[in-house]
Amino acid sequence: MNIKNKLLIEPIVATNPVTVHVLGICSALAVTTSLATALVMSASLIFVLCLSSTIISLIRHHIPTSIRLIIQITIIASLVIVVDLVLQAYLFEMSKRLSVFVGLIVSNCIVLGRAEAFAMKNPPGPSLLDGIGNGFGYAWILLAIGGVRELLAAGTLFGRTILPLADEGGWFVPLQLMALPPSAFILLGLLVWAVRSLRPEQKEVLPGTGNEEKVI
Amino acid sequence: MSELLLSAIFSENLALAYFLGMCTFLAVSRHFETAFGLGLAVIAVETITVPINNLIFTGFLADGALAWVGLEDINLGFLKLIASIGVIAATVQILEMVLDRFFPALYHALGIFLPLITVNCAILGASLFMLERHYTFSESVVYGFGSGLGWALAIWALAALRERVDENLVPEGLRGLGLAFILTGLMSMGFAVFGGLELG
Repeated sequence: MNIKNKLLIEPIVATNPVTVHVLGICSALAVTTSLATALVMSASLIFVLCLSSTIISLIRHHIPTSIRLIIQITIIASLVIVVDLVLQAYLFEMSKRLSVFVGLIVSNCIVLGRAEAFAMKNPPGPSLLDGIGNGFGYAWILLAIGGVRELLAAGTLFGRTILPLADEGGWFVPLQLMALPPSAFILLGLLVWAVRSLRPEQKEVLPGTGNEEKVI
Repeated sequence: MSELLLSAIFSENLALAYFLGMCTFLAVSRHFETAFGLGLAVIAVETITVPINNLIFTGFLADGALAWVGLEDINLGFLKLIASIGVIAATVQILEMVLDRFFPALYHALGIFLPLITVNCAILGASLFMLERHYTFSESVVYGFGSGLGWALAIWALAALRERVDENLVPEGLRGLGLAFILTGLMSMGFAVFGGLELG
């Protein structure tokens, strides 16, 4: 696999920011009550991540190490403000539903993590690819959980009926729990379990046997 | 006020109902002792930063807030994100220096958790929720303390649970992170039950 494909494809499963590095969990859980919110959130994060990685990588030789965190946060916060204002202008309903979580992209550890771990050390091209790869690694998890939750909580996908509800003459009795916070935790737990069963190298060892630190 | 406090601690718990600060929540909940220090630090920083952000927003950034210098038409509301994160970073830095100077024992107990708190989204989230819901200054003090305490209670409980569960035999793929998520889900149900609670 050449280096470009590697940058793009590895973060999808092998080094996924959510299931492997446990980054960006807050938003991954909070905006997954429906597919539409998950999609908008993913798009916002991919936009911010790509641009912040590229910009930070472009000016990486001019950033003094001692104040790099402040500079990175300022760049990220400016991009997030742009996204927030665009959403308020063109998708006002959606921006109300996402509430504070668009603003919280500022402290989303994926963005700062990639800036710190990759963009500060690599040229703009690879940094952009790394941003895209990690963005999509985050996005598919959001969409998977959002899809399951919306389907089981309301019988719809993107607001379109898939499973006809019992109240409206169909057969499906919605699971109220799926609309509530606990289901997001449990679904993500099951997803991590599934990914780790398929890829045994990601499993955690019993504590006390030596190399437990490598996981978190 | 008491209802605001209770809902901030239990039914609207930042960690369990709004998923804030999850990264640290999962990473630092392996051992109870470290989780205890982090919980204390979060309570302290939330109680300080939420009211400060409230004052800064109403005094400088809100629509027409700059009327006292003769600039009635200026609305700097869009700066609230940068202002909030700046206040948090500065507060954490100052708190660190003050603790180091006057309470060295507490400073060493908190260790590396103070600086880490700057990027904890529970802190920024509490400030943003406070702005979104237009709390007054006194409400923001109560909300800051309550949400910090709620977050701390959640991480203390999870850390205690994980210490026990780590010794049990669970399916290999589920061990660690997967099980921590499912435990958090069950705890989240428990905290949500407090939703209708009222102080008689």
